[in-house]
Amino acid sequence: MYDRGKIISGLAVFFALATLPFWVSGGKSVPPPEIKTDTSVIRQLKVKRCLEPTSFMKVRHMELIISWRQAVVRDGQRIYVASDGRQYRMSLSGTCLNCHSNKSKFCDSCHTYAGVKPACWSCHIIPGEAEG
Amino acid sequence: MLEKGLSGDRKYWGWVGFLFLLIGVGLFFYLRQLNYGLGITGMSRNVTWALYIAQFTFLVGVAASAVMLVLPYYLHDYKSFGKITILGEFLAVASVFMCLTFIIVDLGQPARAFNVLIYPTLSSILFWDMIVLNGYLFLNIVIGWTVLAAEEKSMPPPGWVKSLIYLSIPWAISIHTVTAFIYAGLPGRSFWLTAIMAPRFLASAFASGPALLILLCFILRKFSRFDAGREPIQALAKIVTYALIASIFFVVMEIFTVFYSQVPEHVQHFKYLFVGLHGHHALVPWMWASIILAAVAMVLLINPRTRRNETLLGVGCAAVFASLWVEKGLGLVVTGFIPSPLEKITEYFPTGPEVAITLGVWAMGLLILTVLFKVALGVKEEME
Amino acid sequence: MRRDRRAFLKIAGLSLMSFGMRPLSDALASNYRPEVVRAPEALVAKRWAMVVNPKKCTDRCQDCISACHQVHNVPDFGNPKDEVKWIWNEPFRDAFPGQEYRYIEKGLRERPVIVLCNHCENPPCVRVCPTKATFRREEDGIVMMDYHRCIGCRFCVAGCPYGARSMNFRDPRPFVKTINPDFPTRTKGVVEKCNFCEERLARGILPACVMACKAGALVFGDLENPESPVRDLLRKHFAIRRKAELGTGPQVYYIV
Repeated sequence: MYDRGKIISGLAVFFALATLPFWVSGGKSVPPPEIKTDTSVIRQLKVKRCLEPTSFMKVRHMELIISWRQAVVRDGQRIYVASDGRQYRMSLSGTCLNCHSNKSKFCDSCHTYAGVKPACWSCHIIPGEAEG
Repeated sequence: MLEKGLSGDRKYWGWVGFLFLLIGVGLFFYLRQLNYGLGITGMSRNVTWALYIAQFTFLVGVAASAVMLVLPYYLHDYKSFGKITILGEFLAVASVFMCLTFIIVDLGQPARAFNVLIYPTLSSILFWDMIVLNGYLFLNIVIGWTVLAAEEKSMPPPGWVKSLIYLSIPWAISIHTVTAFIYAGLPGRSFWLTAIMAPRFLASAFASGPALLILLCFILRKFSRFDAGREPIQALAKIVTYALIASIFFVVMEIFTVFYSQVPEHVQHFKYLFVGLHGHHALVPWMWASIILAAVAMVLLINPRTRRNETLLGVGCAAVFASLWVEKGLGLVVTGFIPSPLEKITEYFPTGPEVAITLGVWAMGLLILTVLFKVALGVKEEME
Repeated sequence: MRRDRRAFLKIAGLSLMSFGMRPLSDALASNYRPEVVRAPEALVAKRWAMVVNPKKCTDRCQDCISACHQVHNVPDFGNPKDEVKWIWNEPFRDAFPGQEYRYIEKGLRERPVIVLCNHCENPPCVRVCPTKATFRREEDGIVMMDYHRCIGCRFCVAGCPYGARSMNFRDPRPFVKTINPDFPTRTKGVVEKCNFCEERLARGILPACVMACKAGALVFGDLENPESPVRDLLRKHFAIRRKAELGTGPQVYYIV
């Protein structure tokens, strides 16, 4: 092999860097996210359910939000008819965060764990920060 | 063939290193711009396009000038251009790259740039500009590289390249015309609302591009063994001369139309440029410098004795390039916004970060140009 | 030649398969289509328009401006370079350049005239937007902004003959005096402008500027409804529009 020394040492450096996350954390594990849903609004609900079933929301809440964005901003429609027929005003800050006003213990706990940084909050207002 | 760009003497690596330094500084300030917003530049509510877009507008012209080599050589068999066509095509590649980079750098939300592709809007000239610029970049890369690779193997280039070359000729005209349409289609900006905008762009392109190419040939003659030869340089000089005359004529046409019809809305912009408006005159010295440079260039280029003297020709070409850079790169874009639609005058001055980012992008283009020219020269030297 | 033809056919076949990419990605993509309806209390119109009577404006009154900017979280950067404004006033001579003359009615030249986005029928800003981030609603004529899609190219700002649009050259959030939690702010790098309060119209409320004006200088209504207040005013008074000769079809009328 030509330049054997350079190639072998280069490969070694590459593998060390590529596996860095594994050996630097030294076997520690991050605790799973704890999602808290006890806000004052949720406590007052008679039946504790979201617009759609939790299983749907867990997986597809982003699809819901994006479709709301399309409906409100581009189509001018503001009322969402859920799968069980109930109607809601489509608003991230006004409807979703009305119940889930503890963003840091609800939304962020999963997002931080998964390394997801939704860009919504540079514009959409988090309830509670308006007083600041 | 790219490996030919990786071998050079100390002067070569010194130049490349200097360009990397400029790019690094530009990148540093661009990150600051991403963090702070475009407010880090001198742009304001009234002057929303400035140095970045002006550079893009000027460089589109330089890119289109490759057609001034391709057309005579491929369409009319003007053999004298055979040695330097590749230089024109590579200059086009570097210029279009700079154009696209200046556009990206000017966007308020560059991460969303792909929205232009996902939501194509056929009524928007910006959409068509993206298509023609990227198409021209692709054409010149493929044509230049294929023809050069064929030359390296002492073979004729493959047949399909001819179709691309013929396509690149009207395409070069289109990149200019579409860019001019960005300005000439806006009803609210009377400085730009002129049918002659695209012809002006073309004339100044065919003056500034070949002028730069002549200067690059002189530089190559000094720093390498590549000599373009007297005949192609003289032919290019004649092209620059007539294009400059056309460009100046077009500007005079604009001035007559505006100052004879005396419609205040149109007169104001030209007054701002040449004598100042209501005490604001930041661009006046620049425009008069541009005029003087153009006059000097005209004298040097029209007179065959001075045109044939390669030192004076170099001076003339530098004067053409500088004059047109000021006219297109400074005077055209900012003046469209002064005065504003509400008669306000907000002057524009570039800021330090803005200039650093601009120099960084120029350095990126010059780096691409340097490496591509080194490859081309490497192939030609090998074939001797 | 025989080898080349085979290679060509192979490549052509692979390329044709690429036409199957779109149907494939559509099949794998989200099939989520929510059911949505319009709110029953929404105000609807075929063509929203505004009639402004500058003679009713009192000196130095900024009520409409403050109301609009407060309701919509419009930032106050404190300098004219970064300034963002949706509605403001200009002296008559600047709002209607070319319409003033030496012996014009006393006081008219400097009289403050409220200016805002004209929500044109033939808007040049919509024509030039490369992403349709700004678009005209066919159902009621409002020229909308989609801040999610805007790439901040400022072609619309160049295209607007009225200077109605503002670019966010900086992050606006720290410069909003009191945040209205019912409306988002914008982020740096997007262009914004008056939206005829479409979010209030959807809840059955008139625009903020109209309701804030105590002098009744701003009247809002449906131009296509002969009984609307705007049609009533246009019947009774001659009104002009800004730069109407450009063919943009502005929908803000000024009674002079």
